[in-house]
Amino acid sequence: MRRVVVTGLGLVTPLGGDVETSWANLIAGESGAGQITRFDASNQKCTIACEVKGKDHPWGFDPDKRVDHKVQRQVDPFIVYGIDAAGQALEDAGLTDMTDAEKERTGCSIGSGIGGLPGIEIESVNLHERGPGRVSPHFVHGRLINLITGQVQIKYGFMGPNHAVVTACSTGAHSIGDAARMIAMDDADIMLAGGAESTINPLGIAGFAQARALNMSMNDRPTEASRPYDRNRDGFVMGEGAGVVVLEEYERAKARGAKIYAEVTGYGLSGDAYHVTAPHPEGRGAELAMRMALKKAGLGPGDIDYINAHGTSTMADTIELAAIKRVLGDDLGGASMSSTKSAIGHLLGGAGAVEAIFCILAMRDGIVPPTLNLHDPDDGTEGIDLVPLKAKKREVRAVLNNSFGFGGTNASIIMQKVD
Amino acid sequence: MSDTADRVAKIVVEHLGVEADKVTQDASFIDDLGADSLDIVELVMAFEEEFGVEIPDDAAEKITTVGDATKYIEEHKG
Repeated sequence: MRRVVVTGLGLVTPLGGDVETSWANLIAGESGAGQITRFDASNQKCTIACEVKGKDHPWGFDPDKRVDHKVQRQVDPFIVYGIDAAGQALEDAGLTDMTDAEKERTGCSIGSGIGGLPGIEIESVNLHERGPGRVSPHFVHGRLINLITGQVQIKYGFMGPNHAVVTACSTGAHSIGDAARMIAMDDADIMLAGGAESTINPLGIAGFAQARALNMSMNDRPTEASRPYDRNRDGFVMGEGAGVVVLEEYERAKARGAKIYAEVTGYGLSGDAYHVTAPHPEGRGAELAMRMALKKAGLGPGDIDYINAHGTSTMADTIELAAIKRVLGDDLGGASMSSTKSAIGHLLGGAGAVEAIFCILAMRDGIVPPTLNLHDPDDGTEGIDLVPLKAKKREVRAVLNNSFGFGGTNASIIMQKVD
Repeated sequence: MSDTADRVAKIVVEHLGVEADKVTQDASFIDDLGADSLDIVELVMAFEEEFGVEIPDDAAEKITTVGDATKYIEEHKG
């Protein structure tokens, strides 16, 4: 099988409009949470979220940098975030000037969990109030999940695999894993892979609130609301943004002298076969995904240095932890584990990709990001390094990134440093 | 330029994201301003909204330049 490495990174998060700003803020222990400003949320049970900031904010995102004005008008925000993150990753990889032959061997696997919910909401109201003749001609293709991939391949002329995963909150991880396999199986030499989400709109917040998934008890303390593993956790905080990596066949990357961040060595996928929203109470599906990824990577307990947990700040956190203990041992084989959702919220379909990038940066810099708001660790966390409150220096050579989604869908990715 | 022509040009600039000086009355939406057929559908909707006119599909198909739009609106607005 051909080896697959990461050679470029792109991020749009509530902590920054690019990779280095997001990472610096994450390591500094900043929180991206606040009151919702995108719409009037005063009648919602949840009034807080981790929004991507506007371009006038020091951590803000400027859509004009990489996304045409016309495209911005036609598509939902998740597509704008995705196009920008893909552009960042290509620039970082030094791949903005490819030959036609290279472009034929370059594809995209950039998905989303939900897609264009804000636009669906707006046009539904429009249809109801003003009739079918007022619905935008760009309504459909401006909301479809595979239209980040579509837009990026049109923009850059890529004619390889045109793929988009839709597996709820596992989307970002599946996107990277599937794309890595496409390179390993010789379907492509280069893949842009990742996920994006933006559902901080009335219907999105109300829907997750009604499903009892969001934190609704700390509206007055937004930066404290996402608190994975803490005894007082009470649901996730909605985030938004995008993460995209450039995956490249190893020999090709080496030959062109590319900066190689990491190798994707393990990928595991499974289903819970249990419930539409709740994870299996013993985390059996999660365990299967992690075991498969470890086996593929040829690693054992003790080889993983850092785990970026799914850890959404819900009751499911301790189910995941119990599953990881069964796989790696009661001390997680000495690994540090944190949930960066404590700082950026839950990016749903973007989460797995954004968190994979945080894992890569942890390897690059030898520092693991913190779990914010972890003041009173829940039962079962004894003896485990959950990196509470502050980032921590440690050598990181192998990382495990878990993502689990509604429908009982699980994905685990393992990446390692390349010597 | 008439008030109608000004307002038409403004809508075209906003919707197509093109430089204002390219939006002459002779400019073709597709050949000169980079629009596609869906953009034209959207522009027609915006004209209908702005000027309170109805532009039926068979009339919309004949509107290919900025000037065509201005002329149709001048002739049909209330």
